[in-house]
Order: sequence, then C-alpha cells, then structure tokens
Amino acid sequence: MYTAADPADAHAHDHAPSGFMRWVSSTNHKDIGTLYLWFSLFMFFFAGALAMLIRAELFQPGLQFFQPAFFNQLTTMHGLIMIFGAIMPSLVGFANWQVPLMIGAPDMAFPRLNNWSFWLLPAAGTLLISSFFVPGGAIAGGWTMYPPLFIQGGIAYDMSILSLHILGISSIMGAINIITTILNMRAPGMTLMKMPLFVWTWLITAFLLIAVMPVLACAITMLLTDRHFGTHFFDAAGGGDPVMFQHLFWFFGHPEVYIMILPAFGIVSTIIPTFARKPLFGYVSMVYAVASIAFLSFIVWAHHMFATGMPLGGQLFFMYTTMLIAIPTGVKVFNWVATLWRGSITFETPMLFALAFVFLFAIGGFSGLVLALVPVDIQLQDTYYVVAHFHYVLFSGSAMSIMGGIYYWLPKWTGHMYDEKLGKIHFWLTTIAFNITFFPMHFLGLAGMPRRIPDYALQFADFNMIASLGGFLLGASQLLFLYNVIQCVRGGAPAGNRPWEGADTLEWTQSSPPPYHSFVTPPIVK
Amino acid sequence: MRIANYTDQCAGQPLCVRRLLFCMPNALVFTSAFLLALALALIAAPARADYALNFPTPASGLAQDIYDLHILILWICFAIFVIVFVPMFVALVCHRKSLGHVAAKFHDNLKVEIIWTIIPTLILVGMAWPATNLVMSMKDTSKEDLTIKVTGRQWKWDYEYLGDDIRFTSNTTTPPEQIDGAQAKGENYLLEVDHPLVVPAGKKVRLVLTTSDVIHSWWVPAFGVKQDAIPGFIRDAWFMVDKPGIYRGQCAELCGIGHGFMPVVVEVVTPEQFASWKDEQKKLLAAAAVDYSKTYTMDELKTMGAKVYTANCMACHQPNGAGIPNAFPALNGSKLVRGEKSAHIERVFNGKPGTAMAAFGKQLSDLDIAAVITYERNTWSNAMGDVVQPTEIAALHKRSQ
Ligand code: HEC
Ligand code: HEM
Ligand SMILES: [Cu+2]
Ligand SMILES: [Cu+2]
Repeated sequence: MYTAADPADAHAHDHAPSGFMRWVSSTNHKDIGTLYLWFSLFMFFFAGALAMLIRAELFQPGLQFFQPAFFNQLTTMHGLIMIFGAIMPSLVGFANWQVPLMIGAPDMAFPRLNNWSFWLLPAAGTLLISSFFVPGGAIAGGWTMYPPLFIQGGIAYDMSILSLHILGISSIMGAINIITTILNMRAPGMTLMKMPLFVWTWLITAFLLIAVMPVLACAITMLLTDRHFGTHFFDAAGGGDPVMFQHLFWFFGHPEVYIMILPAFGIVSTIIPTFARKPLFGYVSMVYAVASIAFLSFIVWAHHMFATGMPLGGQLFFMYTTMLIAIPTGVKVFNWVATLWRGSITFETPMLFALAFVFLFAIGGFSGLVLALVPVDIQLQDTYYVVAHFHYVLFSGSAMSIMGGIYYWLPKWTGHMYDEKLGKIHFWLTTIAFNITFFPMHFLGLAGMPRRIPDYALQFADFNMIASLGGFLLGASQLLFLYNVIQCVRGGAPAGNRPWEGADTLEWTQSSPPPYHSFVTPPIVK
Repeated sequence: MRIANYTDQCAGQPLCVRRLLFCMPNALVFTSAFLLALALALIAAPARADYALNFPTPASGLAQDIYDLHILILWICFAIFVIVFVPMFVALVCHRKSLGHVAAKFHDNLKVEIIWTIIPTLILVGMAWPATNLVMSMKDTSKEDLTIKVTGRQWKWDYEYLGDDIRFTSNTTTPPEQIDGAQAKGENYLLEVDHPLVVPAGKKVRLVLTTSDVIHSWWVPAFGVKQDAIPGFIRDAWFMVDKPGIYRGQCAELCGIGHGFMPVVVEVVTPEQFASWKDEQKKLLAAAAVDYSKTYTMDELKTMGAKVYTANCMACHQPNGAGIPNAFPALNGSKLVRGEKSAHIERVFNGKPGTAMAAFGKQLSDLDIAAVITYERNTWSNAMGDVVQPTEIAALHKRSQ
C-alpha cells in the first residue's frame, strides 16, 4: 500500500520490506496496525455470520434450524468473538496507526513486543473458532461463563480458556506498549493536556486493560482448576461460592465495556470537531470525564448481579455508583452537542457515523440508566431489554464509531479517497437496519422475553420477526463496507495530505499514505 | 434550495433573528417529524395486542410500583433527550457549511459546564429516592403468611410448602411436536406446566430458593419477582397477589439446553380454595407413598418408569435413549445399562459429580427410581429382563446415612 516512500521524506531506513515476511516479522506500527484491523474485520464478519444464524433461528417460534445445544454455542461464540476478536483488536489497530502519528513519534515504544502482541491473536482466534469442531462443540454457557454451568462442558471450554489467556496476554502487552509510547515519545512541546483526545482515551483505556485483564485471567484459571484439578473455588459442595465467580468476572467485565467504548469516544471526539470546523468544546472536562468514567467503572460491577440477591446495602451502593456514571457520560454528550453548536457543519461519511453515534449511544445510555435502578433491573435483567441496551452501546457505540474512524483515516492510511456515495449508502442502511433490529428488542424485554433462548412464546413472535428482518439487512449492508474498504485500498482519487479541511492533528502534516517511517525528526508542537 | 446569504447580514451577530427565522422552520420540521413518528408508533402499536410495548399488567403491589417507577424514569429520560437533542438538530440544520454558516471559535465555558454537571446530579438524586424506597420494600421478606421452597433443576422446578409437607415437581408440558413444528402451537406454547405453583390470594408468600445443579432464576413478570437460585445457597423473595388467576413466567438465567423450556406457572386461588387444595394434595401424597412391602411387576414398573423418564431424563438422554453425541450418553445400548444392576442404580442414585448427571436419589422417590431403572433396562433395544424393586433403592439410603 505505501511501499513507495514519499521522496520528500527520503531517509536511509525508509524502505518497506516486501512479501510475506514483511507482515510476519514486521515491527512497524503501521503494518501492525493494518494487521490488527484486517484481523478484526475478519472476526467481525465471522461473529456477524453467527448473529445471522441466531436471527434466522429466532425468525419464528419453534425450532427450525438448530437444536438448543448449537444455538447456545452460537450466542456464546458470537458475543465472545465480537468482543475479543472484533471490537478490541480493531481499537488496538487504531492505537497502533494513530497514536504515534498523533503524538509525532516515529513508532511504538516496543516494536518487537508489538509484533508479538499481534501475532498472538491469530493463534488465539484459531483456537477459539476451531473449538466448534471438537467433540461436544464450542462453549455454550454464555460469554459470561458462569459456573456451575461452565463446569459441565467439554474440551471446547478448556480451549476457550486458553484462548482467552492468550488474548489477555496480547492485550496487556499492547497496553504496556501504548502507555510507554504515550508517556515517553510525545513530540517536544506536546504536553499531556495538548494531546489529542483520542490519545487520552487510549492512555486511560490501556491502564484499564492492565488493571482488569489479570482479574479475568485469575477467574478463568480458577474455572480451569475447578474443572480438572479438584479445586472448589466456585463449588458450594466443596466450600466455594458460584457467585464469587460473578464478582470476579464483572470486576473485569464492567471496565471491559469501557475498554470498548472509551477509545470510541476518542474517535468521535476527533471526527466531530473536524467536520464542525470548530475546536472540541470543553477539552479539559472531556479528559476529566473519561478519567472519572474509568475510575467509576471499578466500583459498579455488581449492577450485573442484582438478581443474584445481595444484601440491601450492596444493592443500594451499586445502584448509586452506577447512576453516578451518567454524569461524566452526560458531560461528554453535552460537549459534543456544544461542539456542533454554531459550527460550520458538513456531512461526510465519518461525520454521519459520529453523529449517529452521539444520538444512538445516548439511547443506550438512557436504557443503562433505567437498568441501574435496582427494582426495574430486577424485571429486566437477563431479558431482551438488556440485549437491546448493550447493542446500542456496543454496535451503535463501539462498532459504528469504529466504522466512522475507518472512513475518517482510510484516506490517510491508503492515500486514496473511498467512495463517498457508497459510504453514505452504507451509513444509512446500517443506521436504519440497526434500529429496526434492536429497537423492538426493548419491547420484547419489557414484555418478558428472556435472553439466550432458542425458542419463545407466541406473544413475542411479531417483534422477533421484525428484528430478524432488520438483522439480515444490517448484516448484508456490511458487505458494502467491505467492498468500499477494499476498493479504497486498491486505488481511488488521491487523498492529498489533508483531505479534511477541518482536521488539525499531526497525522495530517504527513503525506498520505505517510512514509513507512514517519516523524523521524520530531515535529515541534507549540 | 437556494442559499440565502443571511450569514452576510448576520455577520458578527451570534444571535441574529434573521438566521433563526431562516433555519428554524427546517429544524422544526425535522424534530417534529421525528417526534411525531415516535408518538404515532407508541400510540398506534398498543392498539394491536401482539405488540406489547411495556411490562405486563402488574398483579402485585411490587410490580405496580416497578411499573410506575419505570414510567417515571422513562418520562425523565425522554425530557432530557429532547432538551439535549433539539439543540443538536437545530445545529445540524442551521449551522451547516452549505448554508454559508461560519464556525464560531469558542471552545469552553466554565459556567455552562458546571451547570450541566450539577443539574443532572440533582435529577439523579430525584430518581434514586423512589428507587431506594422500593428496593427496601422488595428486600423486606419478613411477616410472611407462608413459605415455599423452590428448587431449580435442569429443567424443572420443585416446590415444597414448608410446614405443610406438600411437595411436587413442575414440568413443562409443551409437547416436542409443537416445538419442532409437527403440530400447531398451543395458546400457552412454552409457558405451560403439569403442576403449577398454587398460592392463596392476598397473602404474603415468601419464596426461599436454591438449586441442585446450575444457577436458575425464578421469574414471573407480573409479580415483579426475579430471583436467582444458586446451588449451595438459599436466597429469598416475596410477593402478594390479590387477584386470583394464572400467571406465567420463565427461567431467566442460562442453565443449559433446556433453558428456554423451563416455564414458571403460578395459580393464585382464594384462601378457601387454597385450603381445600392443600387437603387434596396431602391425600394424594399419602396415596402415593411407596409401599415397600409390595413386589411390583415388570409391567407396572415399566409403565411408571416411562413417565418418570419423560419427566426427568428425556431432555438429556432423548426420547429414543440415543442421547446427544459428546454431551449426553446414549442409554440405549449403554454398557452400564446393560451391565450389573448395582452399577446402574448407583449411577442414577448418586449421579456423576462434575457432570450434568444429577444425583436423583435426593430428587425422586425410591419407587420412581426403581421404575425408571427397570424401564431403561427393558426398553428400546435393551432387554435385560430384570426388575428393580423400591427396597433395593431404600438399601442405598441406609448406606449413605
Ligand atoms: C441434565 C442432563 C441429564 C439428565 C436430566 C439426566 N442425565 Fe443421565 N447422564 C447425563 C450425563 C452428562 C451423563 C454422563 C456422565 C458421565 O459419565 O460423564 C449421564 C449418564 C447417565 C447414565 C450412565 C450412562 C453410561 O453409559 O455411562 C445413566 C444410566 C443415566 N445417566 C440415567 C439417567 C436417568 C435415569 C435420568 C433421569 C432420572 C437421567 N440420567 C437424567 C445427563 C443427564
Ligand atoms: C450484525 C449485527 C448483530 C446482530 C444481528 C446481533 C444479534 C445478537 C442477538 C440476537 C443476541 C442475543 C442472543 C441471545 O441472547 O439469545 C446477541 C448477543 C450478543 N451480541 Fe450481538 N449482534 C450483532 C452485533 C454485535 C456487535 C457488533 C457486538 C459487539 C461487541 C455484539 C455483542 C454481543 C454480545 C456480547 C452478546 C451476548 C452474548 C451472550 O449472551 O453471551 N453483537 N447478538
Ligand atoms: Cu457493567
Ligand atoms: Cu434457565
């Protein structure tokens, strides 16, 4: 893609190795970023295909295509792969490409570690996916892996634990790399409070990763020893406690959802000012808001467990802390709206995605607030309302901001413009189909449809059919995205250094695509 | 649309009336179209009963309070939504480059930022207040009129009326033919059981919940009760329903392949009906007590055994005894089933720890176990020709004591 270095940047080391070994042995942040992004795109389509199968089975009441055992594998693997295979790696891909370019650094701090962080992923991914083919099939206990159900499974359960361990190691190494790069390699003059917000969000996210991935590793190792080595951490008969697992899991799991959304906030906070042609409103409060969300994310975990029956004090504590998160989140939304206010707005594809993000993520935020209230949550926990809620924050939140970010930086990364018209069609189809798919799920949950069921009572039939039709359209629309990305990588109108008039971060001072080794002499930031 | 150069006339005036006049109609059209569509959807939909949009009609005071709390929060959220997104839409419509709008330069305003931190905080306190009161009453399981022990099992519920010595199991009755489409689906498809939980109206019913295998969750939406049942621990919940009737719910925690097929049905009856129902149950239980002095014939045991098998074993080992490869072993042709009687009894009585095979010795009567084992040994292509008597099972109790 960017084998031909910009002659203006000619430099003794500035040649890209070519062929297969370029990718396998690469220590270049751009190559590795690209690898991360392709990997996550593949996983996105794989997990998306599983979602299509889920929606096909749920199209009508009754069991049409799959037995419950396989259906449970589909939902579990869909969730796990979307989270660990699609969303997280793609955000790390963004960090790889953008953090050095945005802080004026030549590369990541630990290039070899970077190579290793990436190449662990295909290994883990293969292990996870191949578990579909072992005796008994893939894991089927939900991505939350609660024992004792999880103890009952076959060999796939052990493979998945191993795979998650590898993914966790990869994430931790990536996080260490990102923190070190940001703290040590900023261009002269770029103080912390001058960093682009995207860099800030990743700095904080990386700390979250380092804090919680080990907790997940502990919890699943305890599951493994409960399964095979006669321990009873989560087995009441041996003095353990199954609910303890849930505490450990959600101590990881809640920060995990912020790991998936904070960098998305960063992407949106980059796109909106660009196309509003106006600086981000309330930069300082944005930074504090991200930091306080990150802090609060450590003390809200048991809101996923209200129905397990904890003491009154526990329920109230976790309800109040969860409600508190609404404040910094609200501040962020207000700041985005204030950034738009009296801007000079244009609606290129990245901007459309960012605007839809603000609007739809807010819906997910509101349903989150509804769920924070213990009495209401008791009714809605483990229903389709929750499925609606987390797809509003994960799909229209993380996934759509990632798509926006891809459209935004693709011209920089490839040197070509993508097809704007196709991009817009992709956007509108995605947004409309997304709402057709997931909005009715709120109603299903309220009416009493549990989640993770392969078949449902007749009163849920109509909305399920609507959701399935929307889901198929949503899945199909993503093929346009794939096509557009591939076309853009292969060619297209030259992008120039700065295709977006309002963009003012450092990467736009570089050629498009940037030289293989950019910022060899650091820029001076005033 | 021709772009009027209103910006020229408004240059330097942030709040230019001309600009507002120019773009307000657009903004209003957009926002009101959106709100109208939403309102239409909300008003039109309930007209069709199939499209339920909210919680089912509450049957208990708790459920009513939850319903009201939810509506209150919904309105607050809706108001905030409008307050936040109307300005956004106005900006998107009015402050476009294509209209010649020039970007302002401001990028912070401490006063505004403080205000929009404090106001949401106050709103949240306003929400937390009623929620806190409601949590406190939900948690108050004291002063109950009767207590029922609920035990979840893959994939059925056991109910035991504490102090009354009444116990029974509640199993789904939706036939597999309806599920796989060979038969038309009944009205209460997936939400019907053989023995519903029966409770008196107007009495405070306390549930104590646990499970003998994985985590389940007992849930009846109309009661506002959802409580996980956790192996090795006891949790409790309560409800009080005034109106007699039949109320339906489902297990709400993923518990394996039968999770979608584990309904909860509660029949609320008048206290008088409840009293006579209890007498009847006691008589039935007495009649069903195992008569250890009797020697049962093969046919008797097989007939009873087939019923026990359908209710307790079929979900895993399948109607034809073929199991599910790599998950649940086949019993048809199984070495263990076709081997020594004692090993077979042992496996059913004590289960196999660490697998889905539960210890049925604690769940079924000795007669049921004897019957189902006899059935398994002498059906499909298994033809051992031997029978198991309840006394043989009773012997195991003694050993395990
Ligand atoms: C929740 C699923 C489940 C249910 C319900 C269940 N079983 Fe099992 N059963 C299993 C599993 C799993 C095994 C295999 C255990 C092992 O050896 O790993 C098994 C094994 C057995 C075996 C030994 C088979 C062999 O070849 O090793 C017998 C006999 C048996 N079950 C009888 C019963 C009877 C009788 C019932 C009903 C009263 C029943 N099972 C209900 C899951 C179930
Ligand atoms: C093509 C779009 C998608 C469709 C149609 C879809 C559909 C679904 C459905 C129907 C379920 C519920 C299954 C059940 O509870 O029975 C589900 C679960 C889930 N989805 Fe998606 N989804 C999509 C995209 C995503 C994305 C982008 C993410 C991002 C992370 C995601 C994450 C999850 C998670 C975590 C679960 C929970 C799995 C579990 O219960 O263990 N999904 N999805
Ligand atoms: Cu959480
Ligand atoms: Cu269940």
